[in-house]
Formats: sequence, C-alpha cells, structure tokens
Amino acid sequence: MDIKLQQVSYAYSMGTPFEKYALYDVDVTIPHGTYQAIIGHTGSGKSTILQHFNGLLKPSKGQVHIGDRVIVAGKKAKELKPIRQKVGIVFQFPEHQLFEETVLKDIMFGPMNFGVSQQEAEARARELIKLVGLPEDTLNKSPFDLSGGQMRRVAIAGVLAMDPEVIVLDEPTAGLDPRGQKEIMDMFYALHKERGLTTILVTHSMEDAARYADNIAIMHEGRSVLNGAPREIFSDAETLEKYRLELPHIVRFQRKIEKLMNQSLPKICLTEEELAAEVALALGEGRDAK
Amino acid sequence: MTEILSFNNVSFSYTPDQPELRKAVQNVSFSINEGEWIAIVGHNGSGKSTMVKLVSGLLFPQEGEVRVMRNVLTEENLWETRSNIGMVFQNPDNQFVGATVQDDVAFALENSGVPYKEMVERVHTSLAQVKMDKFLNHEPHHLSGGQKQRVAIAGALAMRPKLLILDEATSMLDPQGRDEVLKTVRALREEIGLTVLSITHDVEEALYADRVLFMNDGKKYAEGTPSEIFALGDKLVEFGLELPFAMRMTKLFQEKGVRLAGQHMTEQELVNDLWTSNFNK
Repeated sequence: MDIKLQQVSYAYSMGTPFEKYALYDVDVTIPHGTYQAIIGHTGSGKSTILQHFNGLLKPSKGQVHIGDRVIVAGKKAKELKPIRQKVGIVFQFPEHQLFEETVLKDIMFGPMNFGVSQQEAEARARELIKLVGLPEDTLNKSPFDLSGGQMRRVAIAGVLAMDPEVIVLDEPTAGLDPRGQKEIMDMFYALHKERGLTTILVTHSMEDAARYADNIAIMHEGRSVLNGAPREIFSDAETLEKYRLELPHIVRFQRKIEKLMNQSLPKICLTEEELAAEVALALGEGRDAK
Repeated sequence: MTEILSFNNVSFSYTPDQPELRKAVQNVSFSINEGEWIAIVGHNGSGKSTMVKLVSGLLFPQEGEVRVMRNVLTEENLWETRSNIGMVFQNPDNQFVGATVQDDVAFALENSGVPYKEMVERVHTSLAQVKMDKFLNHEPHHLSGGQKQRVAIAGALAMRPKLLILDEATSMLDPQGRDEVLKTVRALREEIGLTVLSITHDVEEALYADRVLFMNDGKKYAEGTPSEIFALGDKLVEFGLELPFAMRMTKLFQEKGVRLAGQHMTEQELVNDLWTSNFNK
C-alpha cells in the first residue's frame, strides 16, 4: 500500500483568528514495503504529518493517497474505518491508552472493534504477547500492574493485533532502557521484513534512522525539505545543520577519524560495526602499502 | 562534609501483603554529600523511580530510613524537606504552568510567598545561571526540548534547593538538547556547588557523575566511580544497560584487529589512542 502526500498543507483552527499553518506544500511518497524515517526538530510538523497517514487529520490543501483511497482537502471523507485498520499508529507513550481489566482484553479490543471474531482476536493476542517479548501469563494480569516498559509492549501488541499493512511509529522507544529500546526496534524491523510491512518511523534519533530506514525525510518548519537514502542525507552535514539537525554520532566519529587518518573512508558508515570494519580495512591497506 | 541525603537499609514493596513478590527496593544504602553528583543507573523496573519517590516522600520505606539534611523523612517534616529538593522530570512538556518563561520560574516562589522584589531578582539570577535570561517573555511551549529543561532547572534553582534531582531529565531530548542540559548542570556545580542526583539509563549521562549507583532488580549491585562501574563491562549489558560509545567502539576495533593500547571511556581518549597506536610512529 503506497502512501502519497501531494502538496499537503494543514492549518490548525482553520477559519478562526487562531489559524496557524503547521504544514506547507508537503510532498512525500512512501512506496509499499519501504522503511521510511521522518526526522525534524521540535515544531517541524512531524506529529501533524503523522496524523495524516490514517485520516485522523484531513489536509487543508492538497491530497493524501493511502493505497487506493484519496483524501482530498475540502471534500468529506467517508468510511475511514478500513484505512484505520490497515494503518496502525503507535503514538508516543502508547501505554497511556491501556484501559481494560486484563492485558488479553486490551489487546483484543482493537481487532474486535474491526469485526474480528473473539476466537481469532484471542489467538492473535496469544501470538503477539510472545512476539513483543512478554511471557504468556501476562495476558491474565491487569495492564496497570505492569512496569512502564511492559505496558509499552502490551500497547504495541494492541496495535499489531489489528494486523495492519502500514505501521506508523512515533518515538516508540522514548523512556525505555537501552536493552528495551533495541529489542523494540529490532522487533519492528523483523516484522517489517517478515510481513512486508510499510513502516514509518517518526523520531529524533538519527541513530535509529541510520540503522533501520531505507529513506529519511527531513521536516523543517512545516516543509519536507529533504528525502533520500541515509548515506545520501548524511553526506551533507552543512545542509542538516541549516535545519538544526546533527549527523548521527557514528558519522561524526567517522569524520574525526578521517581527519586523523588524513583520508576519507570509501563510504559513510551507518553502524558501529560498519565503521570498525572500514577503519580496520583502511589501516590494513595502509600497512600493506608500506 | 555535609551529608545531604542518605538511605539506610531501605526496603519498599508495592505489594507488602504478598511477600513472595520481589520488593521494588531491597535493602539499599547510600549517601550523597554536599557538592557531589551521584547517578543512579539501572534498567526499567530496577527500582530507580521508586527511590526518587522515597526521597520526595511520595512513598515511605517499610524498612530502613531516608534522611534528608540528616533528618529522617517523616509525614510531619515532609513539606519542609521538599523545600530543600528541586526536581526536573522526564517530559519537558508536562512541567510548565506559566504562560511565559519568567512566569513559570516565578510560580513556586509566588506560592511560597517570596516578596516581589526578591522574586524578580531570583527569577533573573536563576535564568541567567542556565543561560536562558534572553527568553524571559517567551512562551515555554515554543522552546526546544533542551531549552525547556533548562527553564525547568531554573524553576528548581529559584527555590535555592540543597539537592537537584534529575529524573530521566534528558531521556526525551535530542542529542544537542541532552548536551545543553548536562553542560548546564556541570557548570552549575562548579559555580554554586550544587548537589545533584540524576536518575538515568543513559550511560553517557552517568559519565558526568562523581559516583554511580548501579541498580538491578531493586538491589544496589555496585557503587563506584564511572570508570569502576563501566569496568564491569558485559554485566551492564546483561542487566539491560549498554556501554558508553567509546567503550563499544574500542571493543569493535579490537575485534577487527585495529591496534589499540587500552580501554577507553571517552571518545577523545579513544581517538588519541588510535593516533598513537597507528599513526604516530
């Protein structure tokens, strides 16, 4: 399911004296199966754009294509339910949305609302609780007896239970410890690959964008100013700086080492493993030449 | 040395009627002296947040005692004790009450009846201390994450606390914001000798501290200087944390056969070693 934003502008409190544009002429195309990161400074429009991906907000100008559905500014959009089933959004701090008596009921709530049978919803919950890294007996507990990290996982299972084709993640690991962060991000990446999902990650972590995304879109003051592969985006530190963004830590460290070696490595390294390998290679070659 | 805070064999359970369940905090002792920066690190659920609630008197221990300024914390002296403690929380958007930066910093002062003239002076001084004095009339809402947290620190400083607690105060910030906040706190320690307790699972933040308490499953697993704690290496990883960036890179370089003379906690040390071991011959 491709997602396409064409010339999308969005104003909060449209038609009132408080009218304020949060998005201007945004063009972004996210082809089916892509892992797309959206990065930007506070107030860049990231959260506003995210709500267009399943019709929570409708554009003030322009069009949003979600698969074969088109949401056009100024026209009433009917029957958004199928879109909301296909596009699952994991909001920031999704654990705040837990409400049921048991974890099982909470995970089953979404799919049953979309007409899935009780039996099927329960089967999904049993499968997903393990997928998000919790023991099966968690299902019988109250979600409010769990730790913050466990609640986060339950909330994520609740979104996955709707069996979405597109999954939108808004800072999904904020507040988790490093192991929890890595587990959750690796889990989403595995799902992305195994189920051929389209994944949209809204984040300020350059590291996560570098590690997982096929494409990175940069938002700045309500406009989408760049979109490209990570190595492309991170090759231009000056432009990023203009948008008040920094290179990922690993790329900044690569630049330091290159200065020391007085030579450029053949590519921009997106992970620590990659950089270690490239430096070893460069040093080895240097030695052989002597 | 003046003791600011101490825990003596403190235990706390959220389910005291079910003794078979693990206590949130189990037999923990430590102390902070004036001017020190202590970091408590540990995975989610290791007991860090419960410890903060025990310091601020939102919870009271079932065993042991918490002393603030050498006085055992009780329901009776709670309010007085709290006036000695400034807190900055995780989410910068959840802690603003004022419509402008200066109103926000003045909020607690107004509540505790500080005279107007002194209030103005304290607001200005504390905003200058966090280098936000140019933003007096800005709306907090429009600041960056790092600036918001600095304003929150100013709000705490205006009350002249004996102890500043940073409860995951940098975990929602971008890298620049985190650096801003940590540099601000470091400068404050040097300028006014502030005592700091930071709760974090960001190991880079813990590197700034004088001492680190490493919590695991409600117990104090280790206590020491950052280098002592990070020398535990894989134990940290096993307990849900990670090693600082420079240590991870050192390990990866060594695995790939890049020559290095030793282990490094900071990037600069690692770069220097790379230089001396490989180029400067």
